[in-house]
Amino acid sequence: MKNVKRLIMVAVGGQGNLLASKILGEAALAAGVPVRMSEIHGMAQRGGVVESAIVFGDAKSTIISDGEADIFLSFEPSEALRAIKKCNPNTVVITNLSPLPPFTVATGKGVYPEMETIKSVFREKTKKLIAFDATVLAKEAGNDLTVNMVLLGALIQTGVLPISADQIKEAIKARIKPQLAEINIKAFDLGFQEAAKAA
Amino acid sequence: MHKLLTDNPGQKMLLLGNEAIARGAIEAGVAFTSTYPGTPSSEISYNFFRMSKESDLYFEYSTNEKVALEVAAAAATAGVRSMCVMKHVGMNVAADALMTLAYTGVNAGMVLLTADDPFMFSSQNEQDNRYYGKLSGLPVIEPSSVEEAKAMMPYAFELSEKLGEPVIFRTTTRINHSNAIVELGNLVQRKTKGEFKKDPFSYVCVPAVSRKLHVKLLANIEKAEALSDSSPYNFIEGSGDFGVICNGVSYSYVSDAISDLGAEGKVKILRIGFSNPMPAGMIKKFVSECKKVLIVEEGEPFMEEAIKAFAQEEGLTVKIAGKAKDLFSRLYEYDPAMVRKTLAEYFGFAYNAPALIDTANTPEVPNRPPNLCAGCSHRATFYAVKKATEGMKVMIPSDIGCYTLGFLPPLSMADYVLCMGASTSTSCGFSKVTDNKVISFVGDSTFFHSGMSGLINAVFNNHDFTLVILDNRVTAMTGHQPNPGVDMKELGLDGYGQIDIESVVKALGVKHVSVIKPYNVKKSIEAIKEAVAFKGVSVIIAKEKCILYAKNLKQAKGNKFQVSDKCKNHRECLNNFACPAFYLDGDRVRINENLCTGCAVCAQLCPEKAIVPVKG
Repeated sequence: MKNVKRLIMVAVGGQGNLLASKILGEAALAAGVPVRMSEIHGMAQRGGVVESAIVFGDAKSTIISDGEADIFLSFEPSEALRAIKKCNPNTVVITNLSPLPPFTVATGKGVYPEMETIKSVFREKTKKLIAFDATVLAKEAGNDLTVNMVLLGALIQTGVLPISADQIKEAIKARIKPQLAEINIKAFDLGFQEAAKAA
Repeated sequence: MHKLLTDNPGQKMLLLGNEAIARGAIEAGVAFTSTYPGTPSSEISYNFFRMSKESDLYFEYSTNEKVALEVAAAAATAGVRSMCVMKHVGMNVAADALMTLAYTGVNAGMVLLTADDPFMFSSQNEQDNRYYGKLSGLPVIEPSSVEEAKAMMPYAFELSEKLGEPVIFRTTTRINHSNAIVELGNLVQRKTKGEFKKDPFSYVCVPAVSRKLHVKLLANIEKAEALSDSSPYNFIEGSGDFGVICNGVSYSYVSDAISDLGAEGKVKILRIGFSNPMPAGMIKKFVSECKKVLIVEEGEPFMEEAIKAFAQEEGLTVKIAGKAKDLFSRLYEYDPAMVRKTLAEYFGFAYNAPALIDTANTPEVPNRPPNLCAGCSHRATFYAVKKATEGMKVMIPSDIGCYTLGFLPPLSMADYVLCMGASTSTSCGFSKVTDNKVISFVGDSTFFHSGMSGLINAVFNNHDFTLVILDNRVTAMTGHQPNPGVDMKELGLDGYGQIDIESVVKALGVKHVSVIKPYNVKKSIEAIKEAVAFKGVSVIIAKEKCILYAKNLKQAKGNKFQVSDKCKNHRECLNNFACPAFYLDGDRVRINENLCTGCAVCAQLCPEKAIVPVKG
């Protein structure tokens, strides 16, 4: 299927993955692009992983099998590695580099992988890696919680998805309270610019 | 206004499957709704709850699924369209009422929604509830997409009225928790008042009446067979010598696979959306026109068994397969790649597997298991029970809720978990046949749901165990739904009662009852020691509002804490309490201020008193 684009987004509960998905979905609706999404967040409120799959274009499935992501976005570096099976050698990968170590690491039951290793794995195995600290840019935008918007900015900049920056900004304005929308749009722009540097 | 009450037919909205289902019911004129919360069904009810505050829609969170089904059945029997929502395992609780409700039938549309959970994203098993349709003799409707979930809801209500029977509407997690663009339809006026016409020979199920009603049910099943055969939701698509019969989300994977494989013109699809009774005529004709048939259904071989039987009746020898060693499994979910591969291999189509990434040499990723939240009072209670029973041989039956996560080390506070309410009743058995001290846990909502009956049993039969009721003042696991112990005024809602658990437990005849505040560690340990020493049934009620719920209500208070220089690195906090707000900074334990809720439990258990409030 030529015009189908598949996006996987992974994050830790509380990072705003589902809001980012909703905004992408609303932007697709406004743009007239068919969209279907699936989310798994069973016990994520208790510190688990949140994964969303978004399929743009003429497909009926709402989930994405291993190796079938055209674009892959991770809100947290170790979570990128955990979900790497969704990628193939042609996948464009974006990841936040700011770690949120799971509690197993805090208690010494697990080891957090080296950041350089994570980056080199994706550089070696996928088409393109855009990796930066989205948390720093979210702070710069004025709110730590806008990491999701920074990453949306980078996602749209790649041009893989049939959605424009303006369409996303309209969706942000429709979804987010006016007093916060401006900060979120600023975060989106910062992420967009950062990804452009990586191009 | 609630978005699902929008009266603008033709408008397109991005909706979650569960929102689409709720909207479909509203478009069908549902007036009476009930539930016991359970993922993946929870958002359907939550939307009814919110809409009920802004309209004449009636909604209630019932004590359990059986009660929910019974109240909804009464409404539909009196002529008001009703809907009852539950997760798959909830049907087991409601089943007692369901079997006989199928005999009496209803006088207005009634839909019983069951949200099944293949892969058990948040469930204790992956039972396939289509069999409840077969067992009860009721029709089963299954959508394949979010759009269809909305569209089929008015159909289900009409079908229910045509047959005078409740209709089972079966979804799976991937319908409930998918989002898609849905076009709104017309809203209709709800009929909120009905009338019950006395007719004891139709509604009072004594044996003489039921013997007659079973005959009526069988006649209804025959009527339903004809309706299934002509249902627009059982349809044939495409053309070719090969046939695929599929249902639910599998239909999406099959459609995509045929297009991906370029197999248009080679494979036709029979999509089953009305799956009990199966459309016999349609299937017989379809199979007779195929050289080979593949059945693509998640879960159990429900359709496969029926289809093979139909083929036998017709004397057809065409190969029919579904669940088999090299084909589909009865385990877990299907996905598009698996369906594509199996379809290609079964029919002999050329197939290129997608290029996968070799992950052999990628570093291991540390697990991120779900965890009791920072500041969760259950963690404090578990810690206190552990301290109070140090050196004792204890056995711990637990129950269904957030607190099930207490099974994880270092707390390790669950040895046996079966189903809602089973901790109290299994404690009776375990205490009778083992020499261990049995200490069981149940949540507040679970206690009301079905934990109470086990406790009554324990008092009557004079069992010997300690029950800890983890009363966090809300149904937390599924997203903070109210239960009979909740103060609804805090939510700005009047006109509700409130049940006090302590009074209930005392009224049930428990002789040793204590209430603890789990954030007070020393007092809690003392009270638990006393209860554990008591011979007979003792109950401890650990009462502290869920910290996330308290935050939502803007009631959370408490200073944040930090680890001071007095810390001698005993790590009692990290090794035995393990609040997720702790982390290691080099070899020093620190507290993440963003996560700390100020419950102060760690400060009390630190042997050096090294954990102190953050100043300022």
